[in-house]
Amino acid sequence: MKLSKLWLLVMAVVVALSGAAFAGQTLDNVKAKGFVQVGVNGELFGFGKPDEKGVWRGLDVDTGRAIAVAVFGDANKIKFIPLTAVQRFTALQSGEIDVLCRNATQTLGRDTELGLDFAQVNYYDGQGFLVPKKLKIKRAKKLDGATVCVLPGTTTELNVADYFRLHKMKMKPVVIENTAELAKAFFAGRCDVLTSDASQLAGTRAVAPKPDDYIILPDIISKEPLAPAVRHGDNQWKDIVTYAVLAMIEAEELGINSKNVDEQLKSANPIVQRFLGVSPGNGKALGLDEKWAYNIVKQVGNYGEIFERNVGKNTPLKLQRGLNALWKNGGLMYSPPFK
Amino acid sequence: MKKGNPVISTEDAAQRAAWINDPKIRAILYQIAVLGIVGLLGYYLFSNTVENLKRQSIATGFGFLNKEASFEIGESLIPYSAADKYIKALLVGALNTIKVAFIGIILTVCLGTFLGIARLSKNWLVSKLAAVYIEVMQDIPILLQLFFWYSFFYDILPSPREAIEPLNGVFMSNRGLVFAVPEWHPAHPYMAMAFVAGCIGVYFMRRWARKRQERTGQIFPVFTLSLGIMIGLPLTIWLLAGAPHKMNVPELVGFNFTGGLNMSPEFGALLIGLVLYTAAFVAEIVRAGIQAIGKGQTEAAMAIGLKPGQVLSLVILPQALRVIIPPLTSQMLNLTKNSSLAVAIGFPDFVSVASTTINQTGQAIEGISLIMVVYLCFSLLTSLFMNWYNKKMALVER
Repeated sequence: MKLSKLWLLVMAVVVALSGAAFAGQTLDNVKAKGFVQVGVNGELFGFGKPDEKGVWRGLDVDTGRAIAVAVFGDANKIKFIPLTAVQRFTALQSGEIDVLCRNATQTLGRDTELGLDFAQVNYYDGQGFLVPKKLKIKRAKKLDGATVCVLPGTTTELNVADYFRLHKMKMKPVVIENTAELAKAFFAGRCDVLTSDASQLAGTRAVAPKPDDYIILPDIISKEPLAPAVRHGDNQWKDIVTYAVLAMIEAEELGINSKNVDEQLKSANPIVQRFLGVSPGNGKALGLDEKWAYNIVKQVGNYGEIFERNVGKNTPLKLQRGLNALWKNGGLMYSPPFK
Repeated sequence: MKKGNPVISTEDAAQRAAWINDPKIRAILYQIAVLGIVGLLGYYLFSNTVENLKRQSIATGFGFLNKEASFEIGESLIPYSAADKYIKALLVGALNTIKVAFIGIILTVCLGTFLGIARLSKNWLVSKLAAVYIEVMQDIPILLQLFFWYSFFYDILPSPREAIEPLNGVFMSNRGLVFAVPEWHPAHPYMAMAFVAGCIGVYFMRRWARKRQERTGQIFPVFTLSLGIMIGLPLTIWLLAGAPHKMNVPELVGFNFTGGLNMSPEFGALLIGLVLYTAAFVAEIVRAGIQAIGKGQTEAAMAIGLKPGQVLSLVILPQALRVIIPPLTSQMLNLTKNSSLAVAIGFPDFVSVASTTINQTGQAIEGISLIMVVYLCFSLLTSLFMNWYNKKMALVER
C-alpha cells in the first residue's frame, strides 16, 4: 500500500508538471501511441478481472474494447491498467490513462470539481447489502449497530453513512482499500455486512468460499449510474467514448449482433445502413473510420451480448437485466438516433 | 581606525574597489543566486500547477476542509460523526496516528531493551532465542507481518456471539479485545490529582534522598517509598469515597459488544506488528550500546563492591544511553512513519483518512501536501524531544 501512496504522489507531481490536455488532443495521443490505455478495476468479477488464462473479462473491459475498436478497428490495441478506487480519478486527471472504465458512479461533484466528464452509462446500479445468512437479517433497517465493510473513497462509503444517519442507526465502518482484502475480511467475519453496488456484491458473492451462506438484502439504498469517464474539456474524445457505448445499445435495439452483422450489411433499412456505415457520414462526424460501429458489433458485440457474457443469468453473477434492459423492455437503455 | 593614517586608508580603498574579490561577499552573492533559482523553480511549479488545474477545471485550495465529510470513521479518540467537517475527520486520523505511534514507541523501547539485554545474556538458550527473534523479525517485511497479524485476529478468533472469555469481563472475538473498565465516578478526577501530587512528591523526595546520601552515605529506601506514595494516595481517596467498585462490563447487544473498552483488530494488528518489528532493531541498538562500554568499567564497578544490578543501572546504562539515543530516535521515527501502512489493514490513521478525503474531493495535491506536513511535524517533534533528552544524557564535560 505504501507503493500506492508513492504512486499517488508521483501522479500529483505529474499533474503539477504536465501541460494539460487540449481539446482534441486525446485522440491524437492515442493514435500516436497505437493503443488506448483504459483504467479498469482488476479485481471485480464480471466487470474487470483477468480470467485464469490472463485474458481480461468483464462489462467494463468490453466497454474499453469497444472504444479501442472504434479508434483502431482492432479490439487488441488496448492496454488495461488495474486501479483501486482511491487511485482511479488521479490516474485519469494526470493522463496516465485515456479513459476510465472502472464501475465509477457519475455524480455532480465528480463531473465538476474533479475535472472529469462522464460518458454514456454502461450499467445502472444501486447500493445494496450482503450479509451472512446465519445472522437472520431480512431488511437493511435491522442493521443498527452493525460493523460494515466498505471500500474507501467510493460513493457507497458516503451513501451508507447517509443511510444510517437518516434512520438514526449506528454503524462501525471497516475500510480497506484493496477489494480482495476487504472481501477476505468480510468472509472471515470481521464485519456483519458488506456494502457496495448490488452488481459488485453479486460478483463478490460469486467468489465466496460458500456463496450460498450469503444473501443480498432486497433494499437498494442509492442510485449508482456507472459510466466511463474522461478528462473534462476534450469534447471530441468524450463523443467517441459516448457513442462507442451507444453503438452497442443501438445495435441491440436494431437486432444486430456479432453473428448477423455481416448479413445486416445488405439490409435495405436506411437506419441500419447508416448505422453500419454502408451509407457514410457518422464516422467522418466523429473523426473515425466509417466502419467503426460495424467493427464494434463484429468484434465486441451488442449491449445484450456483453451483458449476458459477463454478468447475465448464465454467469456466476446471475444478474437480471432489470434497469439495464432496453427501454422497449422496460429498462433505461436508450440510444439517440444514429444520423 | 585612526584618522590621519594614510597607509591604512589606502589599503581600505583598494579593498573596497575589489569587493568582488572578497570571499565573504562572494559567498553571500552565490547564496542569493541559488536562493533565487530555487525560488523561481518553486514559483514555476506552483503557477504551472494552478494553471493546469484551472485548465482541467479541477477544484483547488483548502476550502474543502470546511465541507461536511459525510463518511464514518471506525475508531476515534474524540466524538466524530459523518456530519462533521473534513478538518475534524483529518484530526481524528492524526490522533489515531499519534495513539498508535505513542503506545508503539513505549512498548518498542521496553521490549527492545529487554531483548537487547537478553541477547548479551550468559545463558546460552536465552541469548540464542533473542538472536533468532532479532534475525527473523528484521528479515520479514513489515507489511507482510501486518497482514499476518490482521488475519490472525479475524481468522483464528471466533465471532462476537461465540467470544472467548479468558478472564471475567474480558472478551476476545474477531471484533477485537473488549474488557471491563470501572464505571465513571466523581472520585476519579480526585484520584488522578492525588496520583499527580504523589509523583511531584516523589520527585522532591528523591532529590532530598540523593543529597542525604551524598552527605551521610546512608541509603534511603526510595523505591519502596515512591511506590507506596504513588499508589497509596489515590487508594486513600478511593477508600474515602466509599470504594466505588461498579464496573462497566461489556455486553453483547445485537451485533456487537457495547460498554467496556474495545481494542479493534486493526489497531491490535498494527500495534503488535509495529512493536515486534521495530523492537528487533532497537534490540540491536541496545546491544551495540552496551558492548560499546569497555569491560574495564564493569570490572572496576564490581571491584568497588556494586551488585550486578547496580553495575548495570549506575555504571553501564548511563554511558550506553549516550550511544543508544541517536539511533533509537531514528527507529522511533521509522515506527511513526511505518504506521502509515495502517491503510492496508483498514486502521483509520492519518494517511487512510487523508486518502479517502483526496478521493472524495479530488484534491490530490492539497491532500498529499497535508500528509507531508503532518508527518514532518510528527518527526520534528519526536526529534526535538529526543535531542533534548540526548543533551541531558550527554557527557557533561567538566
